[in-house]
Order: sequence, then C-alpha cells, then structure tokens
Amino acid sequence: MTPFRQLTARACALPLSSIDTDQLIPARFMKRSRAEGYGGYLLHDLRFDESGAPRPDFPLNDPACAGAGVLVARRNFGAGSSREAAVYALVDYGIRCVIAPSFGDIFASNGVNNGLLPARVSETDGEALIAAIQAGTRELSVDLEAGTVTAGDLTVAFTIDPVWRTKLLNGWDDIDLTLSHDDAIASFAEADAQRRPWATPHTSAS
Amino acid sequence: MTPMSEPRTLFDKVWDQHAVLTREDGQALLWIDRHFVHEGSHHAFAKLGSRNAPVARPDLTFGVADHYVPTRRLSGVADEGIRRMVEQLHENTFTHGVHLFGLDDPRQGIVHVVGPEQGLTLPGLTVVCGDSHTSTHGAFGAIAFGIGASDVAHVLMTQTLWQRRPKRMRVRVEGVLPVGIGAKDVALSIIARVGADGAQGHALEYAGSAIRALSMEGRLTLCNLSIESGARCGMVAPDETTFAYLRGRPYAPQGDAFTRAVEAWGALPSDPDAAFDREVVLDAAEIAPVVTWGISPEDALPITLTVPDPERAPDPGRAAHIREAIAYMGLSPGQPLSDVAIDRVFIGSCTNARIEDLRAAAAVLAGRKARVPGLVSPGSSLVKRQAEEEGLDRIFKEAGLEWVDSGCSMCVGMNGDLVPPGERCASTTNRNFKGRQGPGARTHLMSPAMVAAAAVTGRLTDVRPMVEGRTP
Ligand code: SF4
Repeated sequence: MTPFRQLTARACALPLSSIDTDQLIPARFMKRSRAEGYGGYLLHDLRFDESGAPRPDFPLNDPACAGAGVLVARRNFGAGSSREAAVYALVDYGIRCVIAPSFGDIFASNGVNNGLLPARVSETDGEALIAAIQAGTRELSVDLEAGTVTAGDLTVAFTIDPVWRTKLLNGWDDIDLTLSHDDAIASFAEADAQRRPWATPHTSAS
Repeated sequence: MTPMSEPRTLFDKVWDQHAVLTREDGQALLWIDRHFVHEGSHHAFAKLGSRNAPVARPDLTFGVADHYVPTRRLSGVADEGIRRMVEQLHENTFTHGVHLFGLDDPRQGIVHVVGPEQGLTLPGLTVVCGDSHTSTHGAFGAIAFGIGASDVAHVLMTQTLWQRRPKRMRVRVEGVLPVGIGAKDVALSIIARVGADGAQGHALEYAGSAIRALSMEGRLTLCNLSIESGARCGMVAPDETTFAYLRGRPYAPQGDAFTRAVEAWGALPSDPDAAFDREVVLDAAEIAPVVTWGISPEDALPITLTVPDPERAPDPGRAAHIREAIAYMGLSPGQPLSDVAIDRVFIGSCTNARIEDLRAAAAVLAGRKARVPGLVSPGSSLVKRQAEEEGLDRIFKEAGLEWVDSGCSMCVGMNGDLVPPGERCASTTNRNFKGRQGPGARTHLMSPAMVAAAAVTGRLTDVRPMVEGRTP
C-alpha cells in the first residue's frame, strides 16, 4: 500500500450527516470485481437522478469539485454495513482522505486497510472547513505526521487512532505482519484447544 | 491487559482468552473461533487467490448463501448477475474445503439466524463475518463483529485479526416490558437515546432485569441492532436461557462435553464490581412501540408522537438532518406518526424473522386482512418449516401477504426483492437508510407486531389495542 504522509488536493464539502455506506455504494453495484473499478458508482444515487443524469445541485457534480482528493462531511460518515466497496468507491474515485466529526467504525478500519485516511475533527472545526470550502477555498492540505488540516489561513487539528496513523504512514499491510507471528499463532491454537475443548464445532453435525 | 485479580467484564474475559499477543501500542492479535462467509465475501476470496493462499482453518469457517438468494425458489434466479453471486460462493467454499449451507440445504437461511440455530455460535467465542450485523451473535455472550473484505481475507489466511480493545459501555434496562413491547422497541429506544454514532468505540453489554427476561430470539434482535448505535459489538451474559437454547443444537457440544462447557460459560458473566466506561439506564415500563420516521435508525420515536419539526431542533446540524430526512421520507413536521399511510410491508431479515417474530406478527394478523401487499421471508429454511408446522403461513396468506423462502430479501434488495421508488414500507429490518430497500424507497423500521398492525390498517399504527387478549 502507498504510504500516506501529506496530501494537498482539491477539496469537496458534503454538508450532510450520516452519509452511510448504502449511499456511498448502493448494493446493486457490488457484484463486480475490484478490477472493474468502483469510482463511477461513488454516491451514485445522490450524484445521478433516475435517468442517470448528474444532479446539478449535488456538490460532487460542481465543476469546482472535479478531481477532488479530500471530502469534508458532517458526523457519522460511513455508518452502516461492512461493505469495503464503500471504500473502493472513494479510493477509485480518487479520494484519499475524508474529514468528519465521527465515522462508522468498520468503515474507518476498512479505509485504513486501503490507504484512505479517516480524519476526525471537532464539529466546530468541521463546520469551519465546510464554510471555508463553500467560501471558495479549493485546496486542503492534510499532514498526517503533524495531525493537521490546512485550508487557506485556517489550520485545524484532527485525530486518528495512533495504530492506524502508524499503519498509514508506513503503508503497512496487516497480513505480512501477522504471518511473521506464525509460530505464536500455532502454539496459541494448540494450547487453546486444550483450554477450551468446547470451542470446536461438534463435527458429526454435517 | 487487565490483571486477572481485578474484577472484569464479560467482554474482557472473552477478549483475554483470545489474545494471541498484545503489542506495546495496545493492538492485540485475536484468535477467531468462527468465521462466516457469504456471497459478498468474493472480494476476500479474490485476495486469497491473488496470494495463492489456502484457508487456514476451513473447519472454523462456514459459508451461508443468503444475500443474493431468490426468495421464490421454484421460479429460480431470474438475473444472470445475481445467480453468478450464489454460484461464486459455491465455487469458493468448495475449492477451499469450507462447509456451505447453500441454496439447496434444508438448513439454509440468513447467516445470523443459521449460526445460532445450528449451535455454531456459543458463549465465549469470537465470531466474525463480512457483515456488520454479525453483532447479533453477541446474544450468547460471544464477541461478535462485522469486518470488511481486507479483514475477511486476513482471517481466512491466519484465523486471527488485529484489534484494539474498545471501551466498555453497559446498557441496563430495568423493570418489566409492557404487553406488546418487544426487543425491537427496546433496541430502537436505546439507539434514539444514545444516537447512531453514540456507542462508537465501545463494546456494549446489555444487562438488567428486562434483558434477563428476554428470550434468545429477543436477545438476538437486541444485539443485532448494536451496530446501529455505532458500537463495535453488543453482548448479553450467558445464563440458563442461553444454555437451554443451545442444548442439543447440532454443532454445540453434546452430552458430558456440554455439561463441562456450561461450567466454563458460567464463569463468563461480568464480575459484580467490574468497571464500565459508560452506563445508560432505561426504564422498561416507559418503553412504547417505536417506529422510525427518518433515514437513520436514531430517527426513532414512540408511535404516539409526531414527526419532528426542524425549527425546534436542538442545533443547526440536527435541524439540517431532520429537514433532509423528512423531505426524503415525504413527511411534514408535526404530522402524527399514526397518520402516515404505507404502501407495503416486509417481515424478514436477521433482525426480526425468527420463529418468535413470526408468531408475534401472526398473533396480530390472525383473522384480519392486510390492506397493503407484503412479503414474509422467514429467517431460515428451518424457521420456515417450523412456522408451517405451526400454521403461521396460513395466517399470513389468509391475511393477503406473500409467504416466501428465506434470505436477506427486501432488507437490502440484492436478490431483486425491492421496494419501488417513492413507496413507503413498514419493515422489520434494521436500516432505514436512503435507498436501502431500493432506489427512492422509504423505510419505516418497527417490530414484527407493529408491522402486522400497519398491514391491517394501512398506516403506522399502535399495535397495543390490537393485541389485547391475544397471545403470540
Ligand atoms: S438480513 Fe439484511 S442486515 Fe441481515 S445479513 Fe442480510 S442484508 Fe445484512
């Protein structure tokens, strides 16, 4: 995974709360493989009307938001289902960072697994960033090492779980790390089978 | 790690038994006891394929066909893409030696109904699945949570997962629930109180006399909805109700092994002095039948109240949310909830389609007619069979509702069971998100009894007068 340190990118404000994963990627688009790309379906039903035409009043369709790499939204972003496709849709669209006062837990964790930074700000700072973008600030700079977001003259702090921060800064993938603990896992499994014999599924069932 | 001598919560006891190792930064590598996969797990299997890796523990991995299965089996799967999803799961589980409760299995059903029903879910286990409502399995005193595709691949390859210990929050519901009030009303009341993100970063434990009095079905409904308050997971301490449910289930320990298991499980409940980071207390007697009016499960109110007015919202953010929600839902501020006319009903999903749920809905519908069309999809094929043995299917059909096969169905519409655009559905499911049941669909969440009442009157309705003298 590509390490995430600093990002300066076009920003788009989505002044909505609880943008859930069903909105980020409607269920009917989730049959495709990742290789086919999910970017075209990001926020599909908010971006397009029934006939498939872009809704002119939706922020992401504003030409000023074209090529956005950062989103700023209200609380509870990514609530809902565990569908990692919600993150694929953002990442494939070109979004590397979402800034909001709170995130769905599973979404945030999926984000970090795909190099997407879920940056948590206070409600007040979030509103200030939205206002700055709406007033014409086009670019935001996100500094993961410093934990700050800058929009013009405005700099606010964000928080992220320290473990996730390290993972993003280094572009780590959990699996390789885990495989290096192979022996510990094997001996745990052996001892655990003695300790909790009841935890094994009763096998004559199937 | 918590020192062993200190009083510990249920959550901590189960966690401590599963930590393979704990890093200095607090991340623990957790051993996973049960891993469920479904059609949506194709991304994870693809990741496995790209590394040419095997499934580490196929004996602890179970496949269930549910998200995309047709609910009218005889007429088959219409859409090629949908059929492909079910086939792909079949191929992936077969290739990796994973047992599948597939489309033709008499035990097939929704993953969060099948796991408990088969005795795969037990107290003290860690249970994961690429589905956020995996929190359901916490009803047995297991740590159970949903994960994304990268983590599914990680568990498939290693049978472990990196996690950091969440905070603990206890939700106590004390007293006796009034007649006509079910676990769904309790759960929605809790979510309305704490907010859809209110329990983020926390593991919930449900406790108190009203929770102890709940059946396993009720506890499953309650834990299912933990994710809708943002919690990582929700748990109920195992007790006699839990053990009685599990005795004799196919995959549960049998005979002496069961007796020894019960001994171990008996030590799991939180110690009396265990500390919680937060506590919320609800009075059972004050819980009324609840319906949602908006586009987030936190938008829930007793049926006796009215649609909220954005002008009276506590802050501008909430006002904006209410405005957006009632515009989408086609409601107006101050409108009595019991005046809202519906177009159809859905009884189903991993939240509320177990046998007790069907009995509760049937008790309201018996001898009555539905004014709107609707679908009843049992939580599993075994639930379906039992309901038919009890004659519940006849009650639904005589009321004018369609009795179909088991699957996720109209909870998420992946199989094509959709609420048409602009239509309003009274639903026993778990998410009233915009477009969840189909593009433009409007969802009102409520209990099975409340959905049945809405079917009879054609509008959101207080079920209480309709169940007087009737027992489910
Ligand atoms: S019934 Fe709905 S919530 Fe439950 S597993 Fe299926 S899609 Fe998910």
